[in-house]
Amino acid sequence: MSTYAQKKGFGATIWDYLTTVDHKKIAILYLIAGGFFFIVGGLEAMFIRIQLAIPANDFLSAGLYNEILTMHGTTMIFLAAMPLIFAFMNAVMPLQIGARDVAFPFLNSLGFWLFFFGGVFLNLSWFLGGAPDAGWTSYASLSLASEGHGIDFYVLGLQISGAGTLIGGINFLVTIINMRAPGMTYMRMPLFTWSTFVTSALILFAFPPLTVALFMMLFDRLFGGNFFDPLMGGNTIIWEHLFWIFGHPEVYILVLPAFGIFSEIFAIFSRKRLFGYSSMVFATVLIGFLGFMVWAHHMFTTGLGPIANAIFSVATMAIAVPTGIKIFNWLFTMWGGSITFTTPMLYAIAFIPTFTMGGVTGIMLASAAQDYQYHDSYFVVAHFHYVIVGGVVFALLAGLHLYWPKMFGTMLSEKLGKITFWLFVIGFHLTFFIQHFLGLMGMPRRIFTFNKGQGFDAANMVSTVGAFFMAVATVVLLINVIVTIVKNERIGNDPWGDGRTLEWAIPSPPPFYNFKQLPLVRGLDAYWIEKMDGKTEMTPAEPIGDIHMPNNSFIPFVISLGLFIAAFGAMYHGNHAWGIPVLIIGMLITFGSMFVRSVKDDHGYHIHKEELMDDDKGGKA
Amino acid sequence: MKADEKFTYETWPAAPEKQTLEGKNKFLGFWLFLGGETVLFATLFATYLALKDSVPNSEMALAKDLFEIPLVFIMTMLLLTSSLTSVYAMYHMKNFNFKKMQLWLGVTVLLGAAFLGFEVYEFNHYVHEFEHTFTSSAFGTAFYTLVGFHGGHVAFGLLWFITLMVRNRKRGLDLYTAPKFYVASLYWHFIDVVWVFIFTVVYLMGMVG
Repeated sequence: MSTYAQKKGFGATIWDYLTTVDHKKIAILYLIAGGFFFIVGGLEAMFIRIQLAIPANDFLSAGLYNEILTMHGTTMIFLAAMPLIFAFMNAVMPLQIGARDVAFPFLNSLGFWLFFFGGVFLNLSWFLGGAPDAGWTSYASLSLASEGHGIDFYVLGLQISGAGTLIGGINFLVTIINMRAPGMTYMRMPLFTWSTFVTSALILFAFPPLTVALFMMLFDRLFGGNFFDPLMGGNTIIWEHLFWIFGHPEVYILVLPAFGIFSEIFAIFSRKRLFGYSSMVFATVLIGFLGFMVWAHHMFTTGLGPIANAIFSVATMAIAVPTGIKIFNWLFTMWGGSITFTTPMLYAIAFIPTFTMGGVTGIMLASAAQDYQYHDSYFVVAHFHYVIVGGVVFALLAGLHLYWPKMFGTMLSEKLGKITFWLFVIGFHLTFFIQHFLGLMGMPRRIFTFNKGQGFDAANMVSTVGAFFMAVATVVLLINVIVTIVKNERIGNDPWGDGRTLEWAIPSPPPFYNFKQLPLVRGLDAYWIEKMDGKTEMTPAEPIGDIHMPNNSFIPFVISLGLFIAAFGAMYHGNHAWGIPVLIIGMLITFGSMFVRSVKDDHGYHIHKEELMDDDKGGKA
Repeated sequence: MKADEKFTYETWPAAPEKQTLEGKNKFLGFWLFLGGETVLFATLFATYLALKDSVPNSEMALAKDLFEIPLVFIMTMLLLTSSLTSVYAMYHMKNFNFKKMQLWLGVTVLLGAAFLGFEVYEFNHYVHEFEHTFTSSAFGTAFYTLVGFHGGHVAFGLLWFITLMVRNRKRGLDLYTAPKFYVASLYWHFIDVVWVFIFTVVYLMGMVG
């Protein structure tokens, strides 16, 4: 038993998580926080569906409906989907490339706390005078007209959490470029690592435009700026451009990791090498590249003119090509494989038709001329829920079941997992399939109610019933999590039995230094290759030696807290005299703690060879 | 190899900033960060160009009324020279000459501070002589945001250099401090490049209308 694995008290555990720089623990933090916001966003979705269940409903007022609608979108994208993806990236990617941690463990922690405080700040709006109500896209003319501080919460909250995301993206890029184990060439990296890589590059180039756009909105709303005010010479379309220059890559930021998770699942549970690995890599990179070229397809009806619309229309349709490559590769991976229908695999199989349908309606919307017909109708709502729920949420649920054992060392119940799956998939299609037709029949999106006799009644009721199926599915999932934690049945390195990549070669959960000796990677699906040679563990690439580890730090928490405080000062400086002092105090806390970090040396520590040899847990490699 | 190992001129490696894994990570991560910063400034430039001379009434000052070449020429020279002196500092860093590195960093800081002083004067001038303020028009907002973001970067860079110089004045160079100096100088070059674009796009193109 190693000295590092002592049992800790409750307070010590909390302190450990507040200060941790270990990518596996940060992954758990992301999972908990992202899961919490997922449930908050889900409740908001339920309120929307209850309000729309019957015509002329007065469950919610029009204003409150706008707030809930806005917060549903914002929460799901920024505070649920992104952090949950980051949870899996953090938990799995360093293990997949055979690294002991990410390149910047301190920044990893900072990224999490920034996201967390940004998310909390945004949601505090509910208790402090009302949430943002201009839609998740927060178009400038609407936002500037919005009274109260709702939009300010949106702007400041997203600014803080966006900084965290950007930091995370840079961190993953450097980790993948610099810290791969011996033999892990780029073209031997698992697909999930590849998608993390491309996604991080998208984050790096997509988030700065959002940062700037949010600054502009901040200046306009709180500091007398005139970017978006036409009376002062401003231009409201600038926000639309900047938002979508960020916003379109954002949907690929969400969906590429989903593709990565599914690529792992198809290979594992078909017991076959991923079909067309190089074309998968190529398609991922190409989707990432094209993702930046298509933002104006969200603005076809803005009036950019036929030439711009035509160019963006064609560019958008081009994305169908690499996506089609992926769909066929997944199908061919299953072809002739020996498939086991585990919960993750069920999600993967359900993903293919669902996502394809979302893709097909995407092509319909990409046609600028047709888009005038679909624009701002429920057809669009149906489309993006098919790609985002059918792609991203399915992948997150699949990933949760797949990687739970690696993250926690226990196995989620397959029985309950399959119940969740069926309820969720049936509920999903029930909710959103019919919305295509609602849209085609003319129901506009973002309305808080509709009248009897417009022909929308039955379809809306069906949609609401579907939403309850998904809610029940989520409850079953939570029960599953609790039951699993209570039972606490420990499992071994490779609980699915067919793990192919490095993370399955080490214990679940891995020791805090991951690899006692860095593994030697001999090809794609490194662990599978060793298994086929009759070995049970990886061949080490180095002798046992001292391992350098980073120290825990409370500073990331304090830096983020400072910005959280400063955001209140910025927001209220127009109403209260204490605004500016609080802004300054918050910035001083942030920059002061950055200064402390800068002048105080932190060389980390070494785990000595002798301790490693005593540690029976680490396993070889 | 420990990060705080002591070196002499003979044992000092050719690329000390990339000798340790931490240094290598820092080096690459910072380049990537500068990639993101490039997009940030590109966005600000695009917005500025969209809103240039966009004012609510025809009596307000436009770019061609505001800008004067002599002042921005001096500022440009100061900042370009400071970039050169930071190169000298890095040259001495690579030659393990800590004192000379500190000296040239000091010169860099002085030049940067002089630049910032001129910028404050410039803004003050526009506000009081032309009533061209942050809130007076969309043009004003876009101008002060773009140039102000750059000025903010300069100020941050100065504080960064000063912190490094003061913090490390006694212990000198090793493989732990070398990447810190190197990365700060990269940041300084980036600021300089952005200014070259501001000089061209905002001032020169502003002068010709």
